[in-house]
Amino acid sequence: MTLNPASPAEAPERAAAGPGTPAPDVNPAVPAPARRRMPPRAWVAVGFLALVVLGAAVGPLLLPYSATDTDLPNRLLPPGARLSDGGVTLLGTDQLGRDLLAQILAGSRVSVIVGLATVLIGGFAGLVLGLLAGYFGGWIDTLISRLGDAQLAFPSVLLAILIAGVLGPSLTNIIIALAVTRWVIFARVVRASALTVQGLEYVESARVVGAGHLRILVRYILPSCWAPLLVAGTAQIGLAMVAEASLSFLGLGVPVTQASWGATISDGRDYLSSAWWISTLPGVALALVVVAVGLVSDAYRDHTDPRAAL
Amino acid sequence: MLRFVLKRLAQALLIILASLTVVFLVVRVAPGDPAALILGASASPSDLADLRRELGLDEPLLSQYVTFLHGVLQGDFGSSWRLGGDALANVLDRLPATLQLSACALVVTLVVGFPLGVVSARRAGSWIDRLISVPTLLGQALPSFWVGVMLILIFSRTLDVLPATADGTVASLVLPSVTLALPFLGWLARLVRNGVLEELGKDYVRTARSKGVDSRVVFYRHVVRNMMIPVVTLLGLLVGNFIANAVIIEVVFAWPGVGSLMIDSITNRDYSVVQAAIMTITVAYVLLNLLVDFLYVKLDPRLNPEHMS
Repeated sequence: MTLNPASPAEAPERAAAGPGTPAPDVNPAVPAPARRRMPPRAWVAVGFLALVVLGAAVGPLLLPYSATDTDLPNRLLPPGARLSDGGVTLLGTDQLGRDLLAQILAGSRVSVIVGLATVLIGGFAGLVLGLLAGYFGGWIDTLISRLGDAQLAFPSVLLAILIAGVLGPSLTNIIIALAVTRWVIFARVVRASALTVQGLEYVESARVVGAGHLRILVRYILPSCWAPLLVAGTAQIGLAMVAEASLSFLGLGVPVTQASWGATISDGRDYLSSAWWISTLPGVALALVVVAVGLVSDAYRDHTDPRAAL
Repeated sequence: MLRFVLKRLAQALLIILASLTVVFLVVRVAPGDPAALILGASASPSDLADLRRELGLDEPLLSQYVTFLHGVLQGDFGSSWRLGGDALANVLDRLPATLQLSACALVVTLVVGFPLGVVSARRAGSWIDRLISVPTLLGQALPSFWVGVMLILIFSRTLDVLPATADGTVASLVLPSVTLALPFLGWLARLVRNGVLEELGKDYVRTARSKGVDSRVVFYRHVVRNMMIPVVTLLGLLVGNFIANAVIIEVVFAWPGVGSLMIDSITNRDYSVVQAAIMTITVAYVLLNLLVDFLYVKLDPRLNPEHMS
């Protein structure tokens, strides 16, 4: 499974310029796909993220983690230590003798699921609302934009904490809490691009030819919204992962039966003097993933919009 | 000017009203009966019904909302069943600690972030610029609650030079304020760096240089000074973000502020305190942003709405 962020954006571009559409050959909002190369460090990041996704998918199958399975004779063993049964624990064990590698792999699954699901759900809501606001304007735009403004004026950390805390700890509830706080970002991006293209000639001509709102939205407006939406989306995956870890750290994230990087970091705080690895290693994993997502997101942004490069 | 002030005040009030509504709705549609929570599992059905009537929970949602707003206008968020006493009073008790932490974080951000940005811009592209960009980027990427735990691990547990939790000393302020400041410090440094570089390309810089002014004088006297305006106006934004982000950092360092009280209350479903805490933070956040808007106009007369129209 490779994680090539460039491919999803190219498909709609091709569709827009494909045969049989009255659109001009060059889509004005999306410059002709320049064959610029992504920097090597972005490829390293893509490779690392592919490994993380693979680890999240199959890791827990190979090295199962159970919150209730304790192994007290082997508690608080440092990374590389020998277990009482002769095996070696690569990343050490925690205060209940649970293997930290298994815990980190199980946590990566939660992190990846929350990161992707939040961006997919929040992104979809933002896409629909942003398209409506940017295309129709008028009172629909006023309503959606003011709602977004009001939400952004309110610190989003608080809203996520409030929703997650009130709904109670569960994977679904975290995704709900985070998607509710993120849709605005996507809606703004989509609205801005919809607004720029909706007055352009090819959209006008489609309207004159008699295309309906839905057709214009999907075939002529939507294609130019993809690239900025995907840039915002890739950046938000990392932020959603950090937000999930923060909520789990506060005890408002996943239930105690599930492993989460944030929860493991929180558990390890009581053992900082004797077992530094419990709090440190899940945080290192989280930091690496977030930096990698950031690198890919930046490279992708420069790839689609060279003007944005500093 | 008066119209501008009134307009912004009205907007601020609307935002506060909107967030009150959101807080009310989220808490009221929550699963779980507040009455059952207060009385415990062994309560009799008639006791539960009595308490529900007393709390107004048997009324329709709209009239509950009106009662809620009416109470809030008088500063009454209800009482805390866990701590006892007025919910808002409990929150305001904790506010000074949060403000103190945010103020310290602000000082750290400015004292470290601004010079770093200036030095980066002065030596743009050099090794020192690149050296500075690494920690500033890391500070933004690393999850701050984990950075806090790591700072405790290094400076409290291993080196034993700074206290990990609030003990009333000035030293105990260092780790939480640095943790809180770190992501914004990098952000400010980058902002100042790019702002200075942009400013350097302007006509007045060329004029000053061509009339023979020393390049250092041009840089520090003119360019850096012009960068102060946007930075000063960022202060309010920063403090607002500090107060909101302090929620998590306070938990890491067991800091006795509004944030840790809010998390304790939310896990114990003590919703009157949660509502009072969120309202306090939101009002502080909105007021600070309002202050920034006014400050902006004061500092840069070009932005005065009267001159603009």
